[in-house]
Amino acid sequence: MDFTFTEEQNMLVDTAERFVSKEYGFETRNRIIGSEAGMSKAVWQGLADLGLLALLVPEEEGGLNAGPVETMLVMSALGKGLLVEPYLSSAVMSTRAIAALAGAEQRAEWLEQMLAGTLIVAFAHDEHGARHDPLAVETRAVRIGDGYLLDGRKSVIRHASQAGMLLISARVDDGIALFAVDRDTPGVRLATYPSVDGARAADVFLEQVYLPESRRLGQGDSSDTLLAVLDTGLAALCGEALGVLQRSLDTTIEYARTRKQFGVQIGKFQALQHRMADMLIHVEQARSMTYLAAVRVLDNDAARRAAALSAAKVVVGEACRFVGQQAVQIHGGMGVTDELDISHCFKRLFAIEKTFGSALDHLDRYRRTLAA
Amino acid sequence: MDLNFTTEDQTFREEVRSFLRDHLPSGVRHKVLNGTHLDRDDYLAWQRALHARGWGGPSWPAEFGGTGWTPVQQYIFDEACAEAGAPRLVPFGLKMVAPVIMAFGNKAQQDRFLPPILAGTEWWCQGYSEPGAGSDLASLKTRAVRDGDHYVVNGQKTWTTLGQYADWIFCLVRTDPDAKPQRGISFLLIDMKSPGITVRPIITMDGLHEVNEVWLEDVRVPAENLIGEENKGWTYAKFLLGHERTNIAGIGIAKRELARLKRIATSETRHGQPLLQDPLFSAEIARVEIDLMALEITNLRVLSAEAENRAPGPEASILKIKGSEIQQRLLELMTEAIGPQALPFDRDAMAAGYQGDYPLAAYARTPTWQYLNLRKLTIYGGSNEIQRNIISQMILGL
Ligand SMILES: Cc1cc2nc3c(=O)[nH]c(=O)nc-3n(C[C@H](O)[C@H](O)[C@H](O)COP(=O)(O)OP(=O)(O)OC[C@H]3O[C@@H](n4cnc5c(N)ncnc54)[C@H](O)[C@@H]3O)c2cc1C
Ligand SMILES: Cc1cc2nc3c(=O)[nH]c(=O)nc-3n(C[C@H](O)[C@H](O)[C@H](O)COP(=O)(O)OP(=O)(O)OC[C@H]3O[C@@H](n4cnc5c(N)ncnc54)[C@H](O)[C@@H]3O)c2cc1C
Repeated sequence: MDFTFTEEQNMLVDTAERFVSKEYGFETRNRIIGSEAGMSKAVWQGLADLGLLALLVPEEEGGLNAGPVETMLVMSALGKGLLVEPYLSSAVMSTRAIAALAGAEQRAEWLEQMLAGTLIVAFAHDEHGARHDPLAVETRAVRIGDGYLLDGRKSVIRHASQAGMLLISARVDDGIALFAVDRDTPGVRLATYPSVDGARAADVFLEQVYLPESRRLGQGDSSDTLLAVLDTGLAALCGEALGVLQRSLDTTIEYARTRKQFGVQIGKFQALQHRMADMLIHVEQARSMTYLAAVRVLDNDAARRAAALSAAKVVVGEACRFVGQQAVQIHGGMGVTDELDISHCFKRLFAIEKTFGSALDHLDRYRRTLAA
Repeated sequence: MDLNFTTEDQTFREEVRSFLRDHLPSGVRHKVLNGTHLDRDDYLAWQRALHARGWGGPSWPAEFGGTGWTPVQQYIFDEACAEAGAPRLVPFGLKMVAPVIMAFGNKAQQDRFLPPILAGTEWWCQGYSEPGAGSDLASLKTRAVRDGDHYVVNGQKTWTTLGQYADWIFCLVRTDPDAKPQRGISFLLIDMKSPGITVRPIITMDGLHEVNEVWLEDVRVPAENLIGEENKGWTYAKFLLGHERTNIAGIGIAKRELARLKRIATSETRHGQPLLQDPLFSAEIARVEIDLMALEITNLRVLSAEAENRAPGPEASILKIKGSEIQQRLLELMTEAIGPQALPFDRDAMAAGYQGDYPLAAYARTPTWQYLNLRKLTIYGGSNEIQRNIISQMILGL
């Protein structure tokens, strides 16, 4: 057993944390989420320059070939900054999918641009009504001639409008396949909206979208890879949650130390002390399960892997809810204002809890493994 | 023991329901039932409609133009209105300052201020909290200095709900800085158009402008706008805080929102099954429904004690704590029920009559902003921590 991180891992954390604290202050972030684009090209380029976009790219292709522990650590550092740029979607999930499935020419075309920061790829898998049943894909790809016609709808896809390319899952004759679709392909329509946490998302409507064979990733049924990519995303999301949770707790403790009522710091009231102690317990339990997720996400037994990740999402999701709500509560009226960062933490925690299945969805998924 | 309303009460409920069927405009009803944000005119139009029926002051005694209803009748009225989708009555005039003016104001103040509240022609806001005086309200610093037949007021109020609409603000001000904190406070009525008043919006995390900062700089207030005696304001304020109890639990609102949650849970599915039949989700609905059932009976127990003129005690804190927690839980469950549709957050699409290209079910557009907005329920009006302190001290004697 070993819960320590390597020298390299600590350096990675350092790099990411330093970048966030220097380049991603609260004011800067407010400007970014209020801008038309909803993200910062400069920040994205900064992440590329630091090599962070190359984290999951194989070494042969100029990447760091890092694993889930590094991903968790970087995500946690970015979470502390409430980063709204498409790191999870592009640099983690899409990169992982391309690295696992794409052929030589495709990789050469995409990975280089992705790690240079010039191509953002949104992972467009979720569908309306699927409730995170991971294989409930109704988007269809029908073979015609030497290509495919795609029809369907992808729902609440983070960063779709900011991406040059979308990785779209679709049902084919022999299972589920992933397709790389340029955003401006005829037949692709986006209904874009802000997400509650300030990022941008969209529903993607696909109508008779023609794609040549060269746009399909891999052959045969890619369901297994798809599940592995989704689990990679979930484990990384838990890492991000940790960063936001820690920031929420730290900010709240600091507020309780400074805000005075009845002549004393409100942190002197035992009711609030116990509440903050419970927040800490939630954070630490979430940390433990995030570590578990980072380790188990490499398990090739999909059922065992899914159970561990669902267990992690239950604990992390409940932590998101409790810590977010109590952080706001302890800030009193200040907690509900847009002006303080704590409400932004609250909204990101809310969004994380709802992403890739809520705690209750995963409790359901876990519960079903008991009798199996 | 009998848990039923009397026949007269049931007849009364039918009368209210029939009025609501005929007079609640469908536009505003639709807004309330779907969690759409209401504007100033929605509230005022409803107050005027009630006033036209003679029901403008459901909690007021008849001598001031109110209905003279018993607490049980008021409860029935509130519940029927909430269930039907009527806007809540704006409390600041009707339920906060009016009872103080009735109990402690003079005849001239009563004649001047009460009728426009009833008629829905003047809007009031509450100027209690300050940046440094939240839970510890008695530490408020806004100063009022007597100058001839005026008070000159300087200071800052904050969290002033809907102050941007207000014609008048009732303020707690410090008139004696040397006395013990509670002893040096007075209760002043201030015209919001007075020179020296600046209202600045505070934007909340749901993106709305619902609360404000109100800055007072050398504001001259006629001394005739002082309620009761100078330096007795704390007594009046406490009277006010203890007054509005029949509706504090929000049973009617909670029942309405529970029904909305069930409607959503009928449309949304998991594994092809409506959420209302999903073993996990339906258990969560059942739990909150049962919690609400208990609170309703607790509320009725408090009401009947009040009807028998037994002094209403600190048990209002129980109603506030449970009522706010249940409402928050209901919205939390709605956001759970709509799943990933809880993430899109487009203020335009949340407005009534939205016709644009927004790809979500209509019922999925509003729960998230309401969930964010209702975090306030456990913070304002005496936070739930303060309410628990009250229970510990006043009921448990600790
Ligand atoms: C089954 C059992 C086995 C035990 N075994 C051992 C043993 O092996 N060795 C040993 O030394 N002792 C043992 N104890 C004793 C145990 O450590 C004491 O019961 C414990 O320290 C509490 O003390 P108390 O019972 O006097 O309760 P009190 O200290 O009187 O506490 C009463 C209640 O007040 C709360 N409370 C007290 N102070 C505070 C505070 N500052 N803030 C908030 N709440 C507070 C407590 O949490 C508790 O709920 C055992 C007790 C039990 C029940
Ligand atoms: C949306 C909204 C609308 C409002 N509208 C109005 C209005 O119209 N007019 C008006 O005058 N005011 C209004 N308020 C103000 C409201 O009453 C105050 O926010 C409330 O009294 C809490 O004060 P505070 O915000 O300063 O928090 P603080 O008093 O600083 O409290 C911070 C935290 O400390 C806790 N705490 C404080 N003291 C204790 C204690 N002794 N023991 C344990 N815990 C404690 C609190 O519960 C809270 O969790 C509104 C507030 C909000 C959020």
